[in-house]
Amino acid sequence: MSSTNHSNVSYLEDKKGLWNWLTTVDHKKIGLMYLGLILASFLVGGILAMLVRMELISPGEDFYSADTYNRFFTMHGVVMIFLFIIPSIPAALGNFVLPLMVGAKDVAFPRLNLASWYIYVVGLLLAFWALLYGGVDTGWTFYTPYSSEVKGPVAMIGLAVFILGFSSILTGLNFIVTIHKLRLPGITWFNMPLFLWGMYATAIIQILATPVIGITMVLLLFERMSGIGIFDPSMGGDPVLFQHFFWFYSHPAVYIMILPAMAIISELISTFSHKKIFGYKAIAYSSVAIALISFLVWGHHMFTSGQSRFAAMVFSFLTFGVAVPSAIKVFNWLATLYKGSISLETPMLYALSFLFLFTIGGLTGLFLGTLAVDIHLHDTYFVVAHFHYVMFGGTVVAFIGGLHYWWPKMTGKMFNETWGKIGAVLVFLGFNFTFMPQFLAGFRGMPRRYFTYADEFTIFNVLSSLGAFFLGIAFVIVGINLVMSLINGKKAGQNPWHSLSLEWQTQTPPITENFAQDPVITHGPYDYDTQEVNH
Amino acid sequence: MKRIIDWMMPEAASTVSSEIDSITYFIFAVSLVFFLIIVISMIHFVIKYQRKGKLEKTSGVDQNHVLEFVWTAIPTVLLVMMFVWGFRVYLDMSIAPKDSIEIKVTGQKWFWTFTYPNGYVSPGELVVPLNKPVKTLISSRDVIHSMYIPAFRIKMDALPNRYTVAWFEATKPGTYPLFCTEYCGTSHSKMLATVKVLPYGEYLQWLDDMANMATGGDPVELGKKIYAKNACNTCHSLDGSTMVGPSWKGIWNASHQMADGTTVKVDENYIRESILNPQAKIRAGFQGVMPSYQGLLKEQEIEGVIAYIKSLEKN
Repeated sequence: MSSTNHSNVSYLEDKKGLWNWLTTVDHKKIGLMYLGLILASFLVGGILAMLVRMELISPGEDFYSADTYNRFFTMHGVVMIFLFIIPSIPAALGNFVLPLMVGAKDVAFPRLNLASWYIYVVGLLLAFWALLYGGVDTGWTFYTPYSSEVKGPVAMIGLAVFILGFSSILTGLNFIVTIHKLRLPGITWFNMPLFLWGMYATAIIQILATPVIGITMVLLLFERMSGIGIFDPSMGGDPVLFQHFFWFYSHPAVYIMILPAMAIISELISTFSHKKIFGYKAIAYSSVAIALISFLVWGHHMFTSGQSRFAAMVFSFLTFGVAVPSAIKVFNWLATLYKGSISLETPMLYALSFLFLFTIGGLTGLFLGTLAVDIHLHDTYFVVAHFHYVMFGGTVVAFIGGLHYWWPKMTGKMFNETWGKIGAVLVFLGFNFTFMPQFLAGFRGMPRRYFTYADEFTIFNVLSSLGAFFLGIAFVIVGINLVMSLINGKKAGQNPWHSLSLEWQTQTPPITENFAQDPVITHGPYDYDTQEVNH
Repeated sequence: MKRIIDWMMPEAASTVSSEIDSITYFIFAVSLVFFLIIVISMIHFVIKYQRKGKLEKTSGVDQNHVLEFVWTAIPTVLLVMMFVWGFRVYLDMSIAPKDSIEIKVTGQKWFWTFTYPNGYVSPGELVVPLNKPVKTLISSRDVIHSMYIPAFRIKMDALPNRYTVAWFEATKPGTYPLFCTEYCGTSHSKMLATVKVLPYGEYLQWLDDMANMATGGDPVELGKKIYAKNACNTCHSLDGSTMVGPSWKGIWNASHQMADGTTVKVDENYIRESILNPQAKIRAGFQGVMPSYQGLLKEQEIEGVIAYIKSLEKN
């Protein structure tokens, strides 16, 4: 794919300088700019998590007061969800690889893409400002009437969530149009990487669900600032209405977080098994099915809110409906391993971790979807453990796996493989060490968001806190390894993982225009049964 | 494996607990089987098909209709079973028998009160009879709370301006914890109560005793009981340490600066007003989050609290 009429200067070497980066419309640079801020948010959210686990290492007040604790766990949730997980895979990795995968020069609306980044920056600054201003203690769920009354910069955080939503909507819009319009001839709907199906399904939710959280936050702001009763019963409002609005976005948002992770896993499993993906259409359609059903299950967060028995039944039934396509995906990934040529490099270790952890996350969801059992487990540590297995064991592990996978393409440098593997194994161990005991605490009835707890729960909390510190150290190792690769990493070749996917068929790192000339598509991204890979 | 579940779950002390534990057992068993199938085949494939030597073309197998049907159909059937079983037990749990004893449960920051049919208000302690259905009518005076009794496997939100219903029938005498499970601010984790299950006769006796609580007795002792039972201790310390509210130590007869700049001497009238209308005078440096105890404490009990605070000054 070498070219005669283009220079081979990579996008990183092409046009340097701060001003160039801040005004760039290159999707690759914007992806890296997102990546920097997203990783910074992950660091802040992680430090808050450590502070929370530190206090919980024994019952009673150890290091700081209940009010401080309540602020820490709230800000941990807000930062991790709105600033880190939601944008992590689509905005950082998706931005970088999506146009490469369709063989385009950029996304459909490059300037809108830059605008999304600036909107994200405004939301991020507002959220961090509110954090420095003392933070809020409402929980990331902002349940009314508590959040309508409580002192603190709730309005500021609400505004931040509102603004961040626009960034998410515009990114989704950009991706949908790019996938529809900019695919090269020869890349058909069923011949494109499954990563794109995942991004597409995610974008549908981003566009349709995000406006609802925006509207909800605006209503909450109105109520706090002007005393119009919408959610606060003392002013004639309905607090449960808030929960409906909130979960109408926030449940689909869970799939904004997990679908991109599943999208990455399809790429990793196929590449590192060097094997045609099993059940392409099943995986693609199950992404869309999950996206659509995700709009109809929000009521399963409200089984104890006094909603009608009929509603509870419908929501429970539909919740099991999401379990089927999720299970199908896992089985397809497993079948892809069959008769493959499996190489256990760092990204693959994360993919296998994902299979293990996401399976636990998914299966524990069955307890919560079952009405009678959920009544016991709702709002206990079981729920905390469950969603961390899905969001962290699932999404974050896939994100870190994807980051290692595309790292050479993004930076032109190889990370140290040995340390990469050590990091992956430590993250896996530390994660289970942290969250497995929380399932037990939850089964035994320990409520979540508790500053102090009964003595019988001490053992689970001690284990969980020690696990969290272990996990923190594991991430430091992962981070140092990636940073070191920038300083003294080996130069990466064009296709270090021997993939057939299009992003690996251009130079590393790519030129600003991605491809020197439009590649000719002669095979699909997973045709490892017929194609030799040149490397 | 039944053992594992019994160890995992809290003591089962209501009619529905064992049924819920059976569903939990079923889901746990199904999950474990699927988990093992997935992880073992993953490890097996990874070992068996590990890349050795040169990178070569691999098998093009990418579908198998029988296999795909099986791995869709079997989970679907199992999931429908979980749904149906869970829903049936949920119906049993949510429709109270007609002859239930009705107790009103009120949550407020950060304590629970239980109002009995005879009008007696029990703060912090829910006493119920053994083997009789009890229907709780739950509401809140401020933000959303949630009543959770792990031993009975029940949980229901307490909403302001609305009643929600939960019912249970206790099957084992004993005392069990009751938690608040909807985040409600500073002392959420201290918003606890005790559930005490008594044989029916003893329950009636207790209710009778409480309703006619002896009018004599030492007011200081009464105040001391109120301090613990009505959750005054959640916010007011006795050792001088500052919690959500001012400590009671040495507070009697002291002059305190209020948030509006005025100075108030702590006397009988000030304490009385602070119990019934806590927002009237807020001490400087505190947030003024105390709820009113109007209607919750009897005249004599208020006097008991005053006497108790006086007694703290002496020691």
